[in-house]
Amino acid sequence: MKKYAYFPGCSSSDGGAKAYGQSTQAVCKVLGVELIELEDWNCCGSTPYSTVEELASFCLSARNLALAEKEGLDIVTPCSSCYVILNRTNAYLKQYAHLKAQVDEALAAGGLEYHRTARARHLLDVLVNDIGYDAIAAAVKKNLEGLKVAPYYGCQLVRPRFGFDHPENPRSMDMLIASLGGEAIDFPMKARCCGGSLIISEEDLSLGLIGRILNSAISRGAECLITPCPLCQTNLDAYQSQVNKRLQANFKLPILFFTQLMGVAFGLSEEELGLRSCIVPAEKALAKYL
Amino acid sequence: MVDKKRADSFIQGICAFPGGEGIRQCIQCGTCTASCPNAERMDHTPSELIAMARAGMKRQVLSSNAMWYCLSCYLCTVRCPRGIKLTDLMHALECLAVREGLSHGRTLTPAMYRSFNDFVYSLGSLPEVGFMTWFYMWTNPLRALRMLPVALRLLRHGRLKIRARRLSPEGTNQLRAILDRVETLGGAG
Repeated sequence: MKKYAYFPGCSSSDGGAKAYGQSTQAVCKVLGVELIELEDWNCCGSTPYSTVEELASFCLSARNLALAEKEGLDIVTPCSSCYVILNRTNAYLKQYAHLKAQVDEALAAGGLEYHRTARARHLLDVLVNDIGYDAIAAAVKKNLEGLKVAPYYGCQLVRPRFGFDHPENPRSMDMLIASLGGEAIDFPMKARCCGGSLIISEEDLSLGLIGRILNSAISRGAECLITPCPLCQTNLDAYQSQVNKRLQANFKLPILFFTQLMGVAFGLSEEELGLRSCIVPAEKALAKYL
Repeated sequence: MVDKKRADSFIQGICAFPGGEGIRQCIQCGTCTASCPNAERMDHTPSELIAMARAGMKRQVLSSNAMWYCLSCYLCTVRCPRGIKLTDLMHALECLAVREGLSHGRTLTPAMYRSFNDFVYSLGSLPEVGFMTWFYMWTNPLRALRMLPVALRLLRHGRLKIRARRLSPEGTNQLRAILDRVETLGGAG
C-alpha cells in the first residue's frame, strides 16, 4: 500500500469542495492508496497571500512541508493551487539562500525546521503515475462507454512546470477518461484560465472567461466536464447560471471532480462521491452509469 | 528622461523578490502580453509595465491596475523565451505597491487579498463563507445582495459551512509565532 501525507487544503477539507475530499478518500480506498491527513495543517500559503505578503506565504507553505517531512512522507494534495504554492516554496528555498535563511528563522520561532526533503505532489499525478492507468482500468466496474467527457485541466496543475504533464496541451486526464472507458473530447480551452479567485473581486471578467471554457467544451459535444481543481469546479458550476444570464446562453454542463467520475466508474454510490453537491445536476448525464 | 539612479533603486527592489530578477532579462518581444487573458483590461500591458519599470517610472508602475488583473495562470511564464517568471514578477509588483501604500483603487482585488490574509492569519485556514461575506459587506453591501442567489445555491447543496475549521491550540500558537517573526523580518523583498 502506498502511503502519503494528505493535504486537503481549505476548500476540499470542509469548504465548498467538500465532495472533492470525500471522493478522493473513496477512490483512494479502492486503489489501495493510504492518505494520512497531515495533522494541524494550515492554509498552503495561497496565491492571494503570496501576491501581497510574499515571505509570510512562503512560511505558511514551509510549515506544512516541515510537518510532512517530520512524518517522512511526501505531501499529496487534490488542489491545483496548493500544489503550485507548495512546489514553488520548495523550488525557491533551494534557489535563493537569503529566502531560505529568512524562512528558517521564522520556522525556528515556532520550533520547526525544514530540510527541503518533502516532495509535493498533485493527487492526479499520484493516481495516474504511481498507481497507473492499468490499475485504474482494472478497478472499473461500470465502464463509462459512450460518455463524452471534457477534461478541463485549468492552469495551476500544469503551469508553471513542476514536471507533471505538458503546460499547454496536457493529456493525463484524457488518458484517465479512456482507462475508465469514456471518451475524452478535445477542446481548445482545456488548459485556459477560469478566472480563479478574481471571481470575487472582478466578477464580470471571470464570467467571461468561464463562458469561453463552457462554450468550448459544449460545442465539442461534452456531456460533462471533469476538473482537478476546487476553484475551477466552483467557478464553472456555481456560477454557470450567472454565465447563462450574462451571455444569454443555456449551458447545463455538469462539472465533476475527476475523482467523482472515477468513483462512478468504480461503482461507488452517489453519497460516497458527494454527487448531490453539484449545482448543475449530474444525475441525468450519468444516469446510465449510476 | 530616464533618471538612472532612481531606475536602478526601483529595479533592485524588484530583484530582491524571488523571480523578480528576471526583469533584467526582458527583450520586449511581447509574448507575455499576447498570452495574457487579461491584457486588454490592464492600463499597461505586462511588457509595457516592464519597460516602464526599467525606465524608473516607479509611481506609474506601482499605481497601475495591471498586476492586479494577473490571474496567476502562468501562461506568460511558460512561454517567455527569456525564462522570466512573469507571474512572480507581477506578485513582486503587487507586494511593492501594497508596501508603498499605492495599491490601486479602481480594482477590489487588493482589498480581497487583504481580507483573505487577515482570515488566514487569525484562523490558520480559510473559512470561505466568512471570508466572502466579510469581503462583500466591507467593499459593497449591494454586491453581497446580488451574490445571494449563488450563496443560497451553495448552501442548498451543502457547500457552505458556517463554522470555521480551527487548528489545535498548539498549532495556532506555532503558526502565530512563525507569522509574527515574519513581521520582524520585513518581507521577502
